[in-house]
Amino acid sequence: MSPAEDMNNETPGEDMSIDSKVSSSALADVANARSAAREPGKAPMGSGLEARGIHAWFGKHHALENVSLDFASGTVTALIGPSGCGKSTFIRTLNRMHEFIPSAAMAGEVLLDGKDIYAKGTDVTKIRLQIGMVFQKPNPFPSMTIGENVLSGLKLAQLKVDNKEDLMQECLERAGLWNEVKDRLGAHAGGLSGGQQQRLCIARSLAVKPKVLLMDEPCSALDPGSTLRIEDTIGQLAQSMTIIIVTHNMQQAARVSDYTAFFLSDGGPGNMIEVGPTNEIFSRPRDQRTENYVSGRFG
Amino acid sequence: MTQRPTPPAPREITTKPRLSDRIFRGTVTGFGMASLVILTLIGLFLALRGFQTFKHEGFHFLTGVKWESVTSDAGKVTNNFGVGAMLVGTVLIATVALIVGVPLSVLCALYLTFYAPERIKKIMVSVVDLMAAFPSILYGLWGFFVLMPMVQYWAGLLFKYLRWIPVFNAPQPFFERSPFVAGMVLAIMIIPIVTSVSREIFAQTPLDRIQAAYALGATRWGMIKTVVFPFGSSGVVGGAMLGLGRAFGETVAVFTVLNIVFKVNLHILYGMGGNVASMIILKWGEAVGDETKALLAAGFILFVLTLLVNMAANTIVKRTLKSGK
Repeated sequence: MSPAEDMNNETPGEDMSIDSKVSSSALADVANARSAAREPGKAPMGSGLEARGIHAWFGKHHALENVSLDFASGTVTALIGPSGCGKSTFIRTLNRMHEFIPSAAMAGEVLLDGKDIYAKGTDVTKIRLQIGMVFQKPNPFPSMTIGENVLSGLKLAQLKVDNKEDLMQECLERAGLWNEVKDRLGAHAGGLSGGQQQRLCIARSLAVKPKVLLMDEPCSALDPGSTLRIEDTIGQLAQSMTIIIVTHNMQQAARVSDYTAFFLSDGGPGNMIEVGPTNEIFSRPRDQRTENYVSGRFG
Repeated sequence: MTQRPTPPAPREITTKPRLSDRIFRGTVTGFGMASLVILTLIGLFLALRGFQTFKHEGFHFLTGVKWESVTSDAGKVTNNFGVGAMLVGTVLIATVALIVGVPLSVLCALYLTFYAPERIKKIMVSVVDLMAAFPSILYGLWGFFVLMPMVQYWAGLLFKYLRWIPVFNAPQPFFERSPFVAGMVLAIMIIPIVTSVSREIFAQTPLDRIQAAYALGATRWGMIKTVVFPFGSSGVVGGAMLGLGRAFGETVAVFTVLNIVFKVNLHILYGMGGNVASMIILKWGEAVGDETKALLAAGFILFVLTLLVNMAANTIVKRTLKSGK
């Protein structure tokens, strides 16, 4: 991943308190453990995604200003920052979900395998098949059974597969849900717990074989146990696809991501302040504001 | 183990309202109850006046197909009243109206909710609402002069090619003023209510489910099929039943376009039929004595029918809106 063009290169301030040093270095340890755990030598799969100079507006409100980020194949990138800094808006520009909000506008380019997904004549449904999304609140289709939910994307996109049963099992296994639901695939999805529903949503996204998976605070509505299971799942998935995850939880960012990007709004539009390998962001951020945020001084 | 002390009984919380407040409350309550009282009184009035007929005709009043009052030379009056044919006609016409009107309304509601630009949507919503406020005689006249010639042509085609289906058959190719025409006029008249109920329900579709579908690469139609229809189907059924209530009770428009004949006619294309409401208006002018009572009894049947359908419809619509399922 290359640092973005508009990145700030300030050096960290000297006035760090002892406490913050301890907590942020603890996060850095977590991040180091994570990068050590990645199997070296395994060729990354999935697909590269590049965001170039992204701006976003809601009506006249300028929500996001000139964000450029590269997401290399097979990596996990965490987007962190306080509420209202534009991280969710940014992630929604990456698969063209941003445009569903009335009066929403954007500028810039998002390149998937080098092709602009906003180019004229692009079939947006094909884009969203390649760039899947998991939302903050689990949103399975309540009128469908567990099994139908997993395969719903195929039906929606009118894709044909040879063996639906195998695909269903594979997706549920990758999402870490197979053992809990294998005996009740015909039951309605509404009967699952929140964490199970979220993993079902992940399985549903996997069924259409996306190259990139966007996750918008996927664990914020879940209990710690379910959160841990989903983080495990993310670790598994990262071997075969590119993952971008928005999170409010810095521990989570440290646990699951290879790279971390810090977003901040100073009252105006949100900016990306800094991006780098996760252990560096948590141990020696270049920008004072990042330092303040990861050490828990605000946000 | 020590016994816990028994908690005190909860206190009754009261307040003594001022006189002015009590007067105002009384007035408002009175007016608030007025519609209920009036509805009950109308029902009672119809039931009481029609009672004699019910007693005389018994169950035959619902099944009988004759409507005659014969005075013999000796001055003896023989009554034979039955609304059977008219009930069959009512259901037949309303069915045609629903089959034609509901799909139109659902498509219209889908367009307004998911496709129409904001400006067009606003205009269209008020136009559709205006349709509901239109006097029904105008629908009747328009139906008679404009719609009927067209519908007669379609009826001719249906008769020619689909005659092997019993409802599209007819004793003679006489398609003027048929239940089919009346059903078409009613179909247009129920569009506003069915559209506005469907639109309201569709607009309540949970956003997160809509987004889930789009994020899976759904087209708009795919999203509607997977998310909106399962969510809104029972609401649409409720809206259709409200339309049915209107179709059952519609009087003037049907009276204008339908050839009312006291015979059970299941051939929708054939130019005779009836419905209870328009039958009452047809017979009212010349009715005396027992026939008046019989007409009021028929009115009571209509009253109960409409009330039941509307109550069922409202229950369904409210349940859908609340459950958010």
